Amino acid sequence: MVALNHYLVLSAILFAIGTAGVFVRRNLITILLSIEIMLNAVNLTFVAFGRALGSADGQIIVFFVMTVAAAEAAVGLAIVITLFRHKESLNPDSFTLLKW
Amino acid sequence: MTGSPMLFYLFAAVAVGASLLVIAQRNPVYSVLLLIGSFGALSGLYVLLDAPFVAVIQIIVYAGAIMVLFLFVVMLLNAPHEDTDYDSHVHPLLRPGPMRFGAALALAFGVELVWALTRAGQSGAFAGGAVSSVAQIGHALFTDYAFPFEVTSILILVAMMGAVVLARRD
Repeated sequence: MVALNHYLVLSAILFAIGTAGVFVRRNLITILLSIEIMLNAVNLTFVAFGRALGSADGQIIVFFVMTVAAAEAAVGLAIVITLFRHKESLNPDSFTLLKW
Repeated sequence: MTGSPMLFYLFAAVAVGASLLVIAQRNPVYSVLLLIGSFGALSGLYVLLDAPFVAVIQIIVYAGAIMVLFLFVVMLLNAPHEDTDYDSHVHPLLRPGPMRFGAALALAFGVELVWALTRAGQSGAFAGGAVSSVAQIGHALFTDYAFPFEVTSILILVAMMGAVVLARRD
């Protein structure tokens, strides 16, 4: 019997993987991919809770999260392209102009 | 559908394994392709949760549109490998400074979440009465959530203009 807790634990594991990716990897595109993993972990939580409560709201929130994720990916990748043109690198450690 | 453990564990294993490989890959092209596999497994989980609408837009929008955008950018930038100042064979937990801290933080975070969730007991068995029809979701989207839905279109427009302006060669 698969209960709500199983989905929540799976979502927690996926979110932790995404967090680890943001901290560990030194490639801007992989960091954006890790953010997508985290967004999907949260989406799974929304759908699981919506199913447990018998409500459509969870799925509607997921719809909005996906819209924001699409906007974030488009703008984020445009920024990555602009950064790459300036430095010929995708390593976030090479962008230190604003670092004090 | 929610009570089929075999399919749940199959999809969960694929999702976790593919996500771990996304983090472990050196080549961003493989990362993007593995993430599409992970999204496919999540789509199967949405089907198990009686949410076919979310499962379909997961495939169409996420795997079909957003990941293709990522793949396009990876290939446009000629997929440069990570240039790092440390030895790439060193385990992430043994690397210097914030990377070791971040890996340890993520590990502690995951352990804490799993611990808290498994201590909560075996409550939360799925009751009947799932909302799985697309008609119900569409009705809620265009009545109760009509204003956020319209604001979403403005968000997409702003993101589109922002992406064009940022990536333009001046």
